[in-house]
Amino acid sequence: MLTVPIETQILIAGILFLLGLIGLLVRRNMIYMLMSIEIMFNSAGMVFIIAGTHWKQPDGQVMFIFILAVTAVEVAIGLALLLQVYHHFKTLDADSVNKLKD
Amino acid sequence: MNIFYYIAAAVAMISTIMAISGRNAIHSLLYLILSLLAVSVIFYLLNAPFIAALEVIIYAGAIMVLFIFVTMMLNIGIERKMEKKWLNPRMWIVPSILAAILLIDFIIALKNVKASPSTDQAILPKQVGISLFSTYLLAVEIAGILLMAGVIGAYHLGSQKKKVTHRYLVKK
Repeated sequence: MLTVPIETQILIAGILFLLGLIGLLVRRNMIYMLMSIEIMFNSAGMVFIIAGTHWKQPDGQVMFIFILAVTAVEVAIGLALLLQVYHHFKTLDADSVNKLKD
Repeated sequence: MNIFYYIAAAVAMISTIMAISGRNAIHSLLYLILSLLAVSVIFYLLNAPFIAALEVIIYAGAIMVLFIFVTMMLNIGIERKMEKKWLNPRMWIVPSILAAILLIDFIIALKNVKASPSTDQAILPKQVGISLFSTYLLAVEIAGILLMAGVIGAYHLGSQKKKVTHRYLVKK
C-alpha cells in the first residue's frame, strides 16, 4: 500500500506543472510550447487522479478521461495551425509570427 | 512501496527537464514520452490501473506519435550526418538509463502489488465506466461535440489552400 502523503504527491504534480510553465515561457519554438502545454495538462490530470485515489472515488479518473479528450483536440488543432504557420512563414519561431497581417 | 513512487517521480522530473531544455525536437519528444511513461507508473502505483493504461495508449501512443510525425514532416532538428552523432553513446545513454530504471522499478512494483492486499482497493474500470455513463453522461456528450469540432477544425486548418497567382507572374 502506498503511504506517500498527499502533500508530497501534489507537490510532485506541482513541480511537473511548473516545469511545463517554465518551458512555455522560456522556449519560443512552437513545438516546444505545445509540448509544455501537454506537460501542464498531464500534471493537472495527475492531481485529479491523486484526489480520486485519496477519497477512493472514480470521479477523478472520469475527469482525467475528459482531460484526455480535451488534450487530443488541442493537439490536433495546434499541430494543424503549426503546419499552416510553417508553410506561411517557413519558421516556427513564435516571435516572428506576431503580426496578424501578412 | 514508497520508494517505487519516488523513483518514478524522479524519472518523470528528470526527463521533463531534459525535454524542455533540449535542442533537438525529436530527442525532446522522446524524453517527453519517457516522462509520460513514468507518470503512468505513478498512476499504477496510485491504484488507478485503467488510467495508467490510458496514459500509455493515448498520451504516449497517440498524441506523442502525432507530435513526432509533424516534427518529422517539418524536418526540424534533423541535419545531415546525424547518424554518426546518433551512434555516439553520449546521445542515447542517458535516456536508456532512465528507461531501464523505470522498467526495473515497474517490474518490482508489479510483483509487490500482486502480493499486497492493496489490489482490491484499486478503482477498477467498471466503476469508472458506470460513473462516466450515468453521472457524467452530459459531459460525455459535450466531449463528443468538442471532438467533432476538433475534427472539423483540424480538417479545415490542415487543408492546403491553393495559391492564386497571376499567369504572368508564374515562373515558367
